[in-house]
Formats: sequence, structure tokens, C-alpha cells
Amino acid sequence: MKVALFVPCYVDQFYPQVGIASLQLLEKLGVKAEFPAAQTCCGQPLANSGCEKDALPIYRHYVDTFSDYDYVVAPSGSCVYHVRKHFDKLEQTPEVQQVRTSAYDLIDFITTVLGVTEIPGTFPHRVGLHLSCHGQRGLHQANESEMTPVRDGQLRRLLGSLNGIELTELDRNDECCGFGGTFCVSEAAISARMGQDRVADHVRNGTTVLTGGDMSCLMHLEGIVRRRQLPMRVLHAAEILNGTLS
Amino acid sequence: MNHATRAAKFVGDADRTTWHDETLWFVRAKRDKAVYAVPEFQDLRELASQIKDHTLSKLDTYLEQFEEQAKRNGVHVHWAADAAEHNAIILDIIRKHNATRVVKSKSMLTEECHLNPHLLSNGIEVVDTDLGERIIQLRDEAPSHLVLPAIHLKKEDVGETFFQHLGTAKGEIDPQVLTEAARQHLRARFLAAEVAISGVNFAVAETGGVVVCTNEGNADLGVNLAHVHIAAMGIEKLIPRLSDLAVFTRLLARSATGQPVTTYTSHYTKPAAGKEMHIVIVDNGRTKQLGRPDFRASLKCIRCGACMNTCPVYRRSGGHSYDFTVPGPIGAILSPNIDMKKHSSLPFASTLCGSCSDVCPVKIDIHTQLYKWRQVLGEANEIPASKKWSMKLMGRLLTSPKVFGVSGKLARQGIKYLPYSLTHARHFNVWAVARELPTPPKQSFREWYQQQAKNPA
Ligand code: SF4
Repeated sequence: MKVALFVPCYVDQFYPQVGIASLQLLEKLGVKAEFPAAQTCCGQPLANSGCEKDALPIYRHYVDTFSDYDYVVAPSGSCVYHVRKHFDKLEQTPEVQQVRTSAYDLIDFITTVLGVTEIPGTFPHRVGLHLSCHGQRGLHQANESEMTPVRDGQLRRLLGSLNGIELTELDRNDECCGFGGTFCVSEAAISARMGQDRVADHVRNGTTVLTGGDMSCLMHLEGIVRRRQLPMRVLHAAEILNGTLS
Repeated sequence: MNHATRAAKFVGDADRTTWHDETLWFVRAKRDKAVYAVPEFQDLRELASQIKDHTLSKLDTYLEQFEEQAKRNGVHVHWAADAAEHNAIILDIIRKHNATRVVKSKSMLTEECHLNPHLLSNGIEVVDTDLGERIIQLRDEAPSHLVLPAIHLKKEDVGETFFQHLGTAKGEIDPQVLTEAARQHLRARFLAAEVAISGVNFAVAETGGVVVCTNEGNADLGVNLAHVHIAAMGIEKLIPRLSDLAVFTRLLARSATGQPVTTYTSHYTKPAAGKEMHIVIVDNGRTKQLGRPDFRASLKCIRCGACMNTCPVYRRSGGHSYDFTVPGPIGAILSPNIDMKKHSSLPFASTLCGSCSDVCPVKIDIHTQLYKWRQVLGEANEIPASKKWSMKLMGRLLTSPKVFGVSGKLARQGIKYLPYSLTHARHFNVWAVARELPTPPKQSFREWYQQQAKNPA
């Protein structure tokens, strides 16, 4: 199994520890992933801004970089969702079809492809889960409150398998955090308010470690947590599951 | 002014935003409860979606069938290409009867066509009889929600409006007292009305009848008291058979308010003895939307308002921030069809979280259409030039791994070495108004990885 790690640009620059944790976690689970140096971006920021045409060369570059791999794994459901859903704009060559089906969110890959249901480790904290919309509603990695009252999902299960962990229950299980890519700039006021409300829900319900599978939402929420100097750590789920933190 | 500017103004009142958000979330939660209680709810959605898809694919046939049946029932059928024709037809009917007093139950179509101002300027008194509609009519405001038109108002606001217009005591905010005042006020209008206008929730091709769903019974009271009934409907209101209706009535009220069914589901098929019934069928841009394959499905909308209640942006920006008759996610995909320039910011008033598509009872792919409208707007140069150019630059940057690595490093180092006052200045960095920037690490992942490769541990 030839596996590549796709590291979104903001993770590369600002959260290298998330890329490292992803790589190490995969290794512990028996998968040695490569990081193809030619990789850049999935093109989502442009496409979501209405510039899909300008993103096409980026899509092609992504395809060139990753079409040789059986799986491309990213610690960000949003990028994966973009590749799977919006690379339909490219001519559907075998290479394009390959990257569209081989793209996996890290947690999805661990759960569905590797079939892992439990991670050994201990994390004795009150952990609040932030479900990213693209992971949850886009890639169906968790149940949606629009459909069912049952709160279940891949990340909830994996984290729940750690010793000593206590998952907090939120008033609103899966409301969007308001990051939204360029939305956080073009609709800055609403984006900030959405993030503040999301964080407040965690505070109200006793979260001391806020986590999720998508670093972009977490970057936004971390910015708010730190601005408000709240007693809460924000970590990508890979960092927790990798077990190097306590 | 764009959506973001209007939204920023709304959200600037933090307490009111909290109240607005929680009020609508409450409705969403009621909807959830009602939905969870029906095990086949997702099947119903699929069924409704398919019925609507089918109907839209044969709309011409069903419209003709509907007209023929309605005429057979003794109903006058009129066709209006646009808002002006719609208004002219209705004014004409009213004038033919030498009428001046008109009551109107809830109809987003007549809002869309700006019927009220047209009638008023022609000397016709038109009174909205839905309580929420009446409140905003007295205040001369537009509805801020499809089914809860006055949801942006608190009881204090309503008390003040009724004090000014209906003579209730100053400071009276008891909902019971205020509603009673509205009832008395409206009763007189109902009794005096010569013509009653209603909207249409569903038009049944097979029977030629129309169905109106209300909770207040105001449509029935109006229609049954007045001599003439005018029902105004968009061409997309059709369903093929009466038996299809059950699918929609089960979905509509549950999605809208969490009720199993609306209090009144009224069927109007033919005029009562000695009375007249008219149906005005309106296009007003709908066939244009039907001609856009990517956006056609927006015409399946049954106006339940669920996508608004669930929308985290709508709940925090208010219906008026959309500046379009239909606000919220569905408004954001309907409005560019009408005026692309004016409404160019609406498809961007979303994080594309997808909750709207997941609550929509007729399964409109709302968030996908938002994404697609963005592309149409980008192509038509209806997005800010600065955005367009920065995206073009980014496009170049992101196809060249070398330049990409260097520029990323520059950005990271920039945060590290530039003074806080500069990186966090409101003018330079919108991000930092409410958030801290990430703490820049010593090494990027890429640098770490390369180092690892050179000296494996
Ligand atoms: S788009 Fe769907 S959810 Fe929104 S108002 Fe229409 S039917 Fe209801």
C-alpha cells in the first residue's frame, strides 16, 4: 500500500506538529506514509471564492503529484472533500478518478481503510469534539443532528477508546464554527461571532481540551480561545491519538 | 451595501443577536424533535424531491392540465409573465368589482411583486391578515423570514407598534393582550373586505384546486367572507395529483415549525355559489431559473423556512441583511437569478456548512448551488477585483512548489518578526480583530520532513 500524506499549507507553516503527529500515528498503525515534496494545495480557497477556473492548474498539479499513490491522507476533511467533490471540473482521466477516490481524511482512513476501532493510550481530560462540517456532512464521518438524535461518529469512537478520556456533550452538537475559508475575512463579523458561540458552548459544558479532525476550524477556534485567554487547549485529534501528549 | 456590511451591523448588537439566534435555534430544535419522531422522514424527503423533480420536468403539461381543470371548476385563470403583469391583473379584478377594501393572507409572491404598494397607490386599502405580516405592514418593513415574517421583532417592538397604530396602552407587552388587539382590529377589516387575496402552497394539476396552509385560519376567514377570492401562485407550486399532497403536508409543517401539520390546510377548488374565484399564475423569472440546469432545483422549494432556522449565518445576521424577499440560504440561490449585480454578495454569505441542504424537505442541494453561483459570479466579474486578482496570483503560486515553500516561510516569519501592533492591526488584518494569529513554529512541516530524511533518527 503506497500512501502519501497531504499537508495543507497552513498546517505546513503554522501547525507542523499536526503533520508530524499524523505521520507518526500512521506509522504506529503500520503505514509508512510519504510526503511528496512537490505538493502545494487542493485549490479550495480559490474555488470557494468563485475562482474555480484559476484553480484548475492547481487541481492538475495535485493530480500530477498524487496520482501514483493508493491513498492520499490529509489531517483535514475539508481539503479531501474538495478533491472528491469538486475535481469533477477536470476531465475525468484515470489519474483524476484515482485521486478523487484515493483522498481520505486521516480519521476516515484509520477507521474505514485500516479498520482500526481502538487506539491504545491514555488521555485523562475533558475533551470537546468539534465536528468539521465538511468531514461530517460532506464526508459522512459523523451522524448529523439534522437527521438523528444519536451522536455517533468515527472520531468520537476513536477518542472514546482512550483510557481516562471524558467527552463533553455540547448544547449544539454540530453547529458550524464559522471559519469557512475566505468567509472568515469576507464576513469577518459573523465568522467571529460564530466562533465565539462555538467556544462558549465548550466552556459551558466543561471542555478543557478542544479537538477535531480539521485543523482549519481549529485554527479559527484557537485564535478565539487565545484572544479570550480561556483555560482550554486546542489540539488536532492526531496529536491526541498519537499519544505523545499528556 | 453588501451582505457582510449589513450583517456586521446586525451582529454589532450582541444581545439582540443572541436572542435572535436562540429564538430560531429553538424552532430548529422543535423541527428536529418532530423529524426524529417520524422514522420514514428521510424517505418522505426523497419522495417529495422526486415528485418535484418530475413536476418541473413536465411543468408545461401540468400547468395546462391545471388551467383546464380550474376553468372547468368555474375558476378564472390568469397568466402573468412578471410582477407588473401580476399587479395589473389583480388591480383590474378589484376595479371590475368597484372594490376598495382588500384583505390578504400570507403570500411571499405578492411580496416579491410588491403588490401592496401598487394597490395602495391606486387607492385600494389592502390589509395583511397574518399577524406577523400585519405587524410588519404597520411598521412598513419587509418580512425577515419566510414563515415568521416578524421574527426580527421582540414583543417590546410589537407593543410600541400597536401603541402607535392600534391604540394599545403604552408599554403593553403582554402577547395575549397584543394579539387580542390585533384580532379586534383585523375582524373589522375581514367583515368589510370585498376581495380576499391569498397565496398558494400547492396547486394540484389533477383537480385544478389550490391548497393554502396557515396556522391562524386567516386565509379561510378572508376568502369565505369576501365576494371575490384571488389566489396568486408561482408556476412552481404545482404537484401532479391530490394523493401527492400528503407527502408535502407531512413535511411542510414539521420542517417549518415542528408541528405535525399546519392548523389549517384549506382546499379551494371552486367558487362558492354566487361568488368568484381567480387564480393568477406567475412566472417572474422562474422560467429563467428553470433554464439554468445547475440552479433549476431551487424551484422545488416549498417555502418552509427550515434552511433559515438552521443557517448559522442567517441566525446571526437577520433576514433583512439579505435585502431580498426570500432571505437565508434559499434566498441566496434565488436572488442572483433575479439581479446578479445587486445580490452578488449573497452566495458568499455562507460557510458552505451544508446544514441547509440537510434540513431541506425537498432535498435542494442548497450549499452546492451557493458554490456554483460563486463560480458564475466570478466568471461574470461580479466579485471584488481585489479578490479576483489575489486569487489569480495565488493560482500561480500554488502550482509552483518552490515559490510556494518560500512564500509560506515569508508569511510565517512575518508573523514572528513583525511587531504585534502591526500584525494585529484591524486595518491590516481582519482575522486579528477577534482572534489571535497562530504562534509561528521554528520549522515548517516541510523543513522538518526534509531534515528527518537527511538524518533519520
Ligand atoms: S429551500 Fe428547502 S429548507 Fe429552504 S425554505 Fe425551501 S423547502 Fe424549506
